[in-house]
Amino acid sequence: MKLVLAFAFAIPLLAQVTYERILKSSSEPGNWLTYSGNYAAHRFSPLDQITAGNVHRLKPAWSFQVNSLQKFETTPLVIDGVMYISEPPSNVTALDVLTGRPLWRYRRTLPDDLRVCCGQVNRGVAALGDLIYVGTVDAHLVALNAKTGAVIWDIPVAAYKSGYSVTVAPLAVKDKIVLGMAGGEYGVRGFLDAYDAKTGKRAWRFWTIPGPGEPGNETWKGDSWKTGSAATWVTGAYDPETNLVYWGTGNPGPDWNGDVREGDNLYSDSIIALDLDAGKLKWHFQFTPHDVHDWDATEVPILIDGEVRGQKRKLVVFPNRNAFYYVLDRVTGEFLLGNPYAKQTWAKGLDDSGRPIRVPNTSPTHQGTPVWPAVAGATNWYSPAFSPLTGLLYVAVREAGSMYFTGDADYKEGEQFNGGGFRNLAGEQEWGEVRAMNPVTGEVKWSHKLFTPPWAGLLSTGGNLVFGGTNEGQVFALDAATGKPLWRFQAGGAARSNPMSYLAGGKQFIAMPMGNSLYVFGLD
Amino acid sequence: MSALPISLWAVLLLFQQQPLELPDVAANPYTSNNDIALGKKLYGGRCAGCHGPGGDGGKGTNLATSVLPRAQSDLALYRVIRYGLPDTEMPSHNMTQREIWQISAFVRTLGQADQSALSGNPARGGELLKGKGGCLQCHVVNGEGGHLGPSLSDVGRMRSAAYLRAKLLEPDKDLSGNFALVRLTTPAGKKLSGIRMNEDTWSIQVRDMSGGLHSFWKQDLSDLKVESRTLMPSYRDRLSADELNDIVACLVGLRGESFVETRGKPGAETRGKQ
Repeated sequence: MKLVLAFAFAIPLLAQVTYERILKSSSEPGNWLTYSGNYAAHRFSPLDQITAGNVHRLKPAWSFQVNSLQKFETTPLVIDGVMYISEPPSNVTALDVLTGRPLWRYRRTLPDDLRVCCGQVNRGVAALGDLIYVGTVDAHLVALNAKTGAVIWDIPVAAYKSGYSVTVAPLAVKDKIVLGMAGGEYGVRGFLDAYDAKTGKRAWRFWTIPGPGEPGNETWKGDSWKTGSAATWVTGAYDPETNLVYWGTGNPGPDWNGDVREGDNLYSDSIIALDLDAGKLKWHFQFTPHDVHDWDATEVPILIDGEVRGQKRKLVVFPNRNAFYYVLDRVTGEFLLGNPYAKQTWAKGLDDSGRPIRVPNTSPTHQGTPVWPAVAGATNWYSPAFSPLTGLLYVAVREAGSMYFTGDADYKEGEQFNGGGFRNLAGEQEWGEVRAMNPVTGEVKWSHKLFTPPWAGLLSTGGNLVFGGTNEGQVFALDAATGKPLWRFQAGGAARSNPMSYLAGGKQFIAMPMGNSLYVFGLD
Repeated sequence: MSALPISLWAVLLLFQQQPLELPDVAANPYTSNNDIALGKKLYGGRCAGCHGPGGDGGKGTNLATSVLPRAQSDLALYRVIRYGLPDTEMPSHNMTQREIWQISAFVRTLGQADQSALSGNPARGGELLKGKGGCLQCHVVNGEGGHLGPSLSDVGRMRSAAYLRAKLLEPDKDLSGNFALVRLTTPAGKKLSGIRMNEDTWSIQVRDMSGGLHSFWKQDLSDLKVESRTLMPSYRDRLSADELNDIVACLVGLRGESFVETRGKPGAETRGKQ
C-alpha cells in the first residue's frame, strides 16, 4: 500500500478532484483542495517542513502580480502541481506551483454598471471533477476546464442590476456546488444556492429571509422582508456525518435604520444549518437579532469536537463580528457558550439561550452613537485557524469602535439601501491582536499585538506555526504554542486575504496575497 | 487616532476599492430650504465632528469659505463627500444620493456666511511668524523654516481664523495623531525624541529634533513612548491680543498658490491652475 502511494505521488497526477479527495484532504497535505483546507474549515496544513527551528530561513520563492488595484482576497487552491487563484474582479488564473508562471487565464468581460458596495473582489475558486468554479461580481457562476480555462458553462445566479453579486469562494460537496451571494447593502433578499456540479442546473435555493407563510417571516415588519438582505458572502463548512452545510448570514437591510424592519429579522446575522441534499433548514441560531450596526455573521464556522460540561459534543464554534465568541452543538444548534472576546459596549451579556441582553441607547442616531465593536467588527470575513496539534483556535481580532448614524431608508432597486452610516471614533487608538483561544471555553492562551486592526486571516501548520499578515504589509509567523513572533517579511502591500500552504517538488511553501501580488515563500 | 501614514494608507485603500458612481446631473437637484435643513441635520452628525458645527474647520478643512478648492463644482463636492479624498483623512460616505446632495446644499451655505474682516495686520503677523513667535523653528512657510510641525504654506486654505486662533491658544486640543511625539532609548542607550514618521507592529521611524531620520526595530528599544501631544507651545501668554490677531491674519492669507503646480497632489486639477 505504501509503495502504491509513493508511486502515485511521484508522477504528475491527472486525477480528478473527487468529493472523496476533498473529504480526506488531510491525507494529501501537499494539495489545498477547498477554500478553508478541509470541510471542517480548520485552515490547518499538516505540512511540517517549516518549523520554529527553521522558519527564519523562509524567503520569497516567487510572486505574481494581478492586473487590478481592487483588493486581492483570494485563497489559492493547489491541485496536483497547479495553483488556481481568482483575481479581482472575477478572473481566474492557473499558475505553475514551482515557478509562478501562468498556465492559462480566464478574463471576464463585466458590465460597467455593477453594484458592489465594498470592492469588486473575489475570495477564491472551488474545484470538483475536471472543473474549476468561480462566482462573479455580475452574479454568475462559471465552470472552467481545469486544464485550459475554457468556459464549460456560465449561468446567471441573480440579477446584478438589483444589487446582487457573487464574491464568495464556492464550496464543492458531493455532486453540488454550494454558492452564496453578496448585496447586503442594496436591499436584496438573500439566499444560499446549490448547483449541479456537472450541468450548472440549480439543485436548490434556500432564501435566508422566509417568505409569507413560512416560519420567521413574522420577524419582519410589513414588506420589509423583501429588502432584508441577509447575504451569504463567506464560504461555510460541511460535516459529512450530519450531512449539513453550515453557513453564516449577513446584516439585515437597511444596515443602520432598524425602524423600517421591526422584529428579529430572521435569518440575518445567523448561522444556518442546511441539509446538503435538499437545502432544507435543520436549525438556525441568530447571533444578533434586529442588528442595527452592520455586524454580518459572515465569518467562517469551524467544526470541532470537544467536551462541554463533561459531555462530548460535536461543536461548531464561531468568533462573531459582534465581539462575542459562540460555541454551539452542530447537530442540534443548541447554544452552549458565548462570551465577549473583544471590547464591546452593546450587550450586558447573553441569556441562557444565547440571546444578547442589549444595553439601552446603543442604536444609531442622527447625532451619532459611539459603540464598540466598530462597524467592521471584532473580526470579519477573513479566516480563523484551528490546529489539532495545539488544540487552539487562532483569531485575528480587531479592537476598535465606531460612531453609528441613522439616516433615510428609502428603497430603490439597485441603489444602496443603508439607512445611515458610520465613522471612526475621534481620538481612539485602534489596534489588533492575534489571539490563541481554547475553542471550547474561549479562554485566551496567548496573544500577539498588532499595530492596527487586521484585515487578514490566519493559517496554522503541522510545523506548529501560525501565519498571518498586517495592514502595514508584513507577512508573519508566530509559534503556535506560545505566540512568539519568529519570522516576518515586508511585502509592500496590505494583507487582505488568508494564507495557505502546499508542496511543490517535495518542498513546503506558504502562499499569501499581499497588496496586489501573490507571494509564495519557501525555505532557502 | 492613528499616525498620518496609517490613516493615509487606510484612506487610499478605501478610495481605490470603489469604482466611482456619480450622479448623472451637473448641478445639485436638492437645494430647497427643506433640503438645506435636512442637510444641516445630516451635517451635524456626519461632518461637524471634523469640520466644526459652523464649518470653520478643526481636524477637517475649513468649509466656511466662498471657494472650496477641491469642490468647486457641485459634482466635485458630491464626489468628495461620497468617495473621500485619498491624500487626506476625509473618508468616503455611504449615503443615498439625496442625502449627499442635501449635505452639499448645506455646505454651500456655510461659504455664504459673512467672513468678518480680520482686525490683524498680516504684514506684522508675518514678522511675528519669523521673529518673536518663533513659528519657523518648526513650521515651513514658502520654503523657509523647520520641519517638526506641519507646513503652513497653505494653512489659510485648510483652516479658518477661528481654528487657527484656538490652535495658537490651546495647541494640545483636538490632536489628530499626526506628528505624534516619540521618546525612546536607542539600542546604544542614547535618549532620543522626535516626531513619528511611521509605525507598524515591529518597527518605528522617527525624525529627531534636528531633522535626522532614524529607523528602529521595536524589540531593540528598551523604552518607547508615543505621546499624543504636541511640542507646540501655547501663545496665550507669549503674544499680546494684537499680536495674536496679526499672526492669525497672516496665517489665513497663506493659501499655497505658489505651490499648487509643483506639488502634484491629487485634486490639484480642481484648482484651475494647470
